Amino acid sequence: MAQILLVDDSISMREMVSFTLKEAGHDVIEAEDGVQALDVVQENEFNLVITDVNMPNMDGIILTSKLRQIDSYKFTPILILTTETSDARKQDGKAAGATGWIEKPFDPDSLLSTVDRVL
Amino acid sequence: MEIDINLSQFHDIFFEESFEGIEIMESELLNLSPGTADKEIINTIFRAAHSIKGSAGTFGFSEISDFTHKMETVLDKMRSDELEITQQLISVLLSAVDSLNNMLISHREAKPYDPTLVENVSAQLERLTPHARTDSSPSREESCQGDNQAGSTNQGPEQRWRIGFFPHEKLFYSGNDPLRLIRELQTLGEFAIKAEVDNLPDFDDLDVHNCYLGWRIQIQGQITREQIEEVFAWVEGDCRLEITREIQRRSSEDRRKGPEQSGRRKIDTENRSIRVSTDKIDNLLNLVGELVITQSILNRVCNDLGMDSSDKFLECLEQLERNTRDLQEQTMSIRMLPVDNAFQRIPRIVHDLSIAQGKQVTLEFSGETTELDKTVLEKIGDPLVHLVRNALDHGIETPDIRASKGKPEQGTIKINASHEGGYVILRISDDGNGINSDKLLATANEKNLIAEGEELSETQIQNLIFLPGLSTSKEINDISGRGVGMDVVKRNISDLGGTVDVWSEQGVGSTFTIRLPLTLAILDGQIVRVGNQIFIMPLHSIKETMIFDDRAANTVAGKVELYKYRDEYISLIRLTELFNIEPETNTDHPELLVVFDIGDKHVGILVDDVIGQQQVVIKSLENNYKSVPGLTGATVLGDGSVALILDVLGLAAQHKETSSRVNTA
Repeated sequence: MAQILLVDDSISMREMVSFTLKEAGHDVIEAEDGVQALDVVQENEFNLVITDVNMPNMDGIILTSKLRQIDSYKFTPILILTTETSDARKQDGKAAGATGWIEKPFDPDSLLSTVDRVL
Repeated sequence: MEIDINLSQFHDIFFEESFEGIEIMESELLNLSPGTADKEIINTIFRAAHSIKGSAGTFGFSEISDFTHKMETVLDKMRSDELEITQQLISVLLSAVDSLNNMLISHREAKPYDPTLVENVSAQLERLTPHARTDSSPSREESCQGDNQAGSTNQGPEQRWRIGFFPHEKLFYSGNDPLRLIRELQTLGEFAIKAEVDNLPDFDDLDVHNCYLGWRIQIQGQITREQIEEVFAWVEGDCRLEITREIQRRSSEDRRKGPEQSGRRKIDTENRSIRVSTDKIDNLLNLVGELVITQSILNRVCNDLGMDSSDKFLECLEQLERNTRDLQEQTMSIRMLPVDNAFQRIPRIVHDLSIAQGKQVTLEFSGETTELDKTVLEKIGDPLVHLVRNALDHGIETPDIRASKGKPEQGTIKINASHEGGYVILRISDDGNGINSDKLLATANEKNLIAEGEELSETQIQNLIFLPGLSTSKEINDISGRGVGMDVVKRNISDLGGTVDVWSEQGVGSTFTIRLPLTLAILDGQIVRVGNQIFIMPLHSIKETMIFDDRAANTVAGKVELYKYRDEYISLIRLTELFNIEPETNTDHPELLVVFDIGDKHVGILVDDVIGQQQVVIKSLENNYKSVPGLTGATVLGDGSVALILDVLGLAAQHKETSSRVNTA
């Protein structure tokens, strides 16, 4: 069981991902965007961060690079949720320090197997 | 981990969110002006489209996802200045938003949609981006396959692979762990591994956060190159990777496809949800807490109730009453939403109509945050749209006509919302041509809508516009020709317990004023007694209550009673006759006349006694019994008895019908 931070501005995606992770026995804390996520990491410790890329206020790429600047998040797995099949955004994410990505659309099983890869 | 999750449970929230996204796209598209690429606006639209695309794919609506992908491609080109923002481009995107809306509605209601419109718009979108790869959106099947970690489902031939994996020193800083990758590789088949330690520095120079090791791996099984590359996908570029196959034999892949999402869930009952700010709920919870505490104090006080504690008891009761009232208000506020929810369709309509009619119109909103009951809000949308259409069709003139009148070429439609004493007032004003009273009066006379010899004030004439069958527009255009008249607007508004009036000045413009109750569930009532019956009257429309003077009442044509109220003859309604109530015989006190404001007229209702004022919860007669003319509903009073709530507007209309029958007789 892991403590997971989930960042996405889409409520339906957040509900679906969070529900799936909780069913698998993980603890999930949700944030709506990068700014909120940075607030949340001040008070909680996470084993994994899953973040959407396109979000208002602060996107997932900037969030990833900001997290990597925090000592306790230097090595934490960060997965970005991306719809881009082109490599550009994935490479942006990697350059910012993301561990890997989950391509949308995905189903609960592939989400869990991807999460299991990094935990 | 095997988990069975039914994705349809997230569909409702997906639809709600997507419709919000559509509203955002529409209003932001309308904010775009041709020639200027406002990056912030385009980004907002892009994000909304992108979000729908991602969720739609995940929840199994692949054609929505494909369609939004096309929109996204266009938006991306706008963002990067490859496409110039033209009126035509905005129009194509607006129709794309419409198509998307139709697709979503059809999915939500599990009904088919007309694909021709979608195909048409799709083609237009594709024409805008001729070089874009429109097939880059992955279909559901592909992606599920790609994400399957399914060595076990692979039916390919046996292969032996040699892999050299030499991570860069900083690999750990991406959160990746070589051990994790090696373990994953191990699940694919028979496995042998050897570590390379050549790069390991002296102990003193060792940084524990760096990766110095490399590995040579041999693996054998029904494994494809893609499967191996998939394992290392995240570290591509962060390592040196050598993959070589020992036995070259091409395999044909035959992977089992993931189970198709079959059939859509039919939604029988529409799940009506509103999103509420947490502050409102917190307030509510606090108040309920207060209420429970007061209640328990009350119980304790009640237990040891002696003479000397009666003061305290009363104090508690008062406290309880205050809390209950606050609680009620807070609960009501949960149903309240800002009125701009009802304004959202308007900019689009004004945009489309003004282009179609060659008019220039500025739309100004104010007071958008004014809150209104959700039910009222949902039902006020159509009348509002109709009034705005009307302002554009018949009010605002074309630029050349306006110029010839010395008005600015650009017309203005203002929509304002405000609170005025228990009501929400919506004003729709335009600086157009105004209502032609002479023409209106002539039409009304022509159609016999006015009693002969009736003298009408200017305001009364203008309000004739709400009579059924009265339209002064000689030409029928595609919008006004839809057969919905102002009478329907008025009826819709009265159904909500509201009123609508018009004030207009020829050549200067018109203002329609809609007055709506804050909520439909609760009414400030005046409790009255007629004979042995108790009735509730809507307090807000009572003008005054006076002692009934027999001499001021006249019977016209032996049937209709009028009462001389000030300088005006008003309809006199006797509930005893209407509802067959035994009149009071021992009249030691005078009868009372309650005078109501209805629109610009008055009506009087005769009662035996005025008992008090109370907020009452309206229970529908229609749901529990049947609809009764002259009654809005019923309520349960504090003593448990049932009282009927009078529909004063309805009663007045009934009375007027009787009187017009008498007049024409």
